[in-house]
Amino acid sequence: MSLEFLQKFRDPDMCRKILDKMESELDRDLRFMEVCGTHTVAIFQSGLRSLLPERIVHLSGPGCPVCVTHESEVNAFLDLAGRAGIIMATFGDLMRVPGDGGRNLKKATADGARVKVVYSPFDTLKLAKENPGDLVIFIGVGFETTAPTIAATMKMAREQGVDNLRILCFHKTVPPALDALLSDEAINIDGFILPGHVSAIIGVKPYDFIAEKYSKSAVVTGFEPLDILQSLMQMIDWRKKGEAHVVNNYTRIVGANGNQKALEIMYEVFEPADALWRGIGLIPGSGLEIRPEWEQFDAKKEFGIVIKDCPPLKGCKCGDILKGIKQPNECPLFGKACTPANPVGPCMVSTEGSCAAYYKYKLD
Amino acid sequence: MSDKVLLDYGSGGRASQRLISELFLKYLGNDELNRLNDAAELSVSGRVAMSTDSFTVDPIFFPGGNIGSLAVHGTVNDVAMMGAIPRYITCAYIIEEGLPMDDLERIVSAMGEAVKTAGVTVVSGDTKVVPKGAVDKIFINTTGIGDIIVDPAPSGDAARSGDAVLISGTIGDHGLTVLGTREGLDFEAKVESDSAALNHLLVKLVRELPEVHVLRDPTRGGLATTLNEITTSSNVCCELDENSIPVKPEVKGGCSILGLDPLYLANEGKFLCVLPEAHAEKALEIMRADPLGKDACRIGTMTDANPGKVVMLTQLGGKRLLGMLEGEQLPRIC
Ligand code: SF4
Repeated sequence: MSLEFLQKFRDPDMCRKILDKMESELDRDLRFMEVCGTHTVAIFQSGLRSLLPERIVHLSGPGCPVCVTHESEVNAFLDLAGRAGIIMATFGDLMRVPGDGGRNLKKATADGARVKVVYSPFDTLKLAKENPGDLVIFIGVGFETTAPTIAATMKMAREQGVDNLRILCFHKTVPPALDALLSDEAINIDGFILPGHVSAIIGVKPYDFIAEKYSKSAVVTGFEPLDILQSLMQMIDWRKKGEAHVVNNYTRIVGANGNQKALEIMYEVFEPADALWRGIGLIPGSGLEIRPEWEQFDAKKEFGIVIKDCPPLKGCKCGDILKGIKQPNECPLFGKACTPANPVGPCMVSTEGSCAAYYKYKLD
Repeated sequence: MSDKVLLDYGSGGRASQRLISELFLKYLGNDELNRLNDAAELSVSGRVAMSTDSFTVDPIFFPGGNIGSLAVHGTVNDVAMMGAIPRYITCAYIIEEGLPMDDLERIVSAMGEAVKTAGVTVVSGDTKVVPKGAVDKIFINTTGIGDIIVDPAPSGDAARSGDAVLISGTIGDHGLTVLGTREGLDFEAKVESDSAALNHLLVKLVRELPEVHVLRDPTRGGLATTLNEITTSSNVCCELDENSIPVKPEVKGGCSILGLDPLYLANEGKFLCVLPEAHAEKALEIMRADPLGKDACRIGTMTDANPGKVVMLTQLGGKRLLGMLEGEQLPRIC
């Protein structure tokens, strides 16, 4: 999409108009959660955060894939990194994620582990071909956005007879996580800004339960200021009228039914499974596992990795933050023991994590 | 000479001599260097600026330059940022055994060109060849020295509330080019490094406007990090106007694909200039008259609102903090 085209969605005058309207129409606090880390960053980066009415309580949800990667999953890939004959392949975000004992992939690399930052899962195929004597293990972290490309990579690997590629599959899916949040009584959310990228794959229907089961609104939203403001304004209107809807405002990218081809390929290779979310715990049916027919690629099976629950890091409030119960600066460690240079929890380590965004962009 | 650099070339014996005379002197030679003494004899007096830097860029060749030209530009610019005329430069090469001789020649010849354009003289050099794997292809260290022509010299702690903040052109070009080339990424629109020697432009600027408070080249860490360094040492606040920060559309596009922020990407041919408001227009005029400063513009103002901080006034009229880069920028997952 051209930048000139996107500029339309940043129009300051239009934004100002909606902001003024919001200010005059809000009759009580509106607690909205933007599920996805990219939205969190967009809200801060554009300066929206400083312009939104005070009555809008802005919560960051569990939609940063790095933040919700469970401690046990982090330890699993850190245990594999540095083993002889293994090359770990990963997206850059995971390099600084801390595991137990302050370990991370950056430090592992300095200790001699072979870790390669890739830009696309397809790069791992090349890496495997270039290193036939080694096992290339890709750390599969992410949501419905990344899973289809990884599935496609596995299919290509099979077609091309590449037998030294493995996937450490920690994929998670978004709708079950929102269901879990909404069913928790302690959590009080009026509406969701739904992730645009994920919806490009799964469409809008999987979120219908938000209105049907919980009478809350949710809007699939793009990442420009006007996208976000329009979605918020709609939710304000609906709440006043006592209505709840799930709609797609990101029609320039998201079709109602998502991307069927991507979904097909994803479910050909993966199947739904229970998954552990950092700070939240077990969410039934919220993970993806490699199907038995594809187990030749399954690093978890091959290395006997078991993901088990463990007590959260001492003092870290990531769980409450991911659930929208607390704001980052309400964590006692925020900005003190926990900074981007020395992150205690994953919400501070990922560039899309809410603690990191708060620390990085918030003025006061 | 063989078609690859061998350990012999660093031995100090005949092979080394051949490498020096047939390659280095061919491109970098001058009366002083050609004497091949143990040290150079120079006449320097008064206040001098001196700077050293090691260049380890990967890849060593990239659109818009290579490690050889970069090693000259980097050091010449650092000296010139002190309000100095760069005069002499030294260079030390650490070469990995097996480097193709053609590559080395391309690098040394680019260095020769860069030196000529910058108008500096290479007065001393060193070559080491190390076993395969001991360095990554080639590392170059350069040291430069020059006469300071303004008093007081521009300095990172000299920014004052009320000063105008100017940039000499678009940002992020070099950083995105190097990253894109390293990763073999094919951007739709071509990006090119801005690597260039800024000394002539800078000398012109400080000669006409000795009132300049700060000159800095936003290299590693980019514009955001450099501005943070200035606000911290000067204890002022920099209020930046997002709308006016020049970024080429192709750099914006490449960054948005990779999840990178051009404000944190390295530049090698741009400088920041902080000076009293009254001289801002004149400074822009001088900069724009030079091809290396044709896109110069004002991007902000120093205030005393939030001392030590850089605050971005966004396109929407909101405000946010613009912090320092923490570690290296890494591309995101989705
Ligand atoms: S500030 Fe650090 S410790 Fe606290 S919740 Fe955020 S990431 Fe966890």
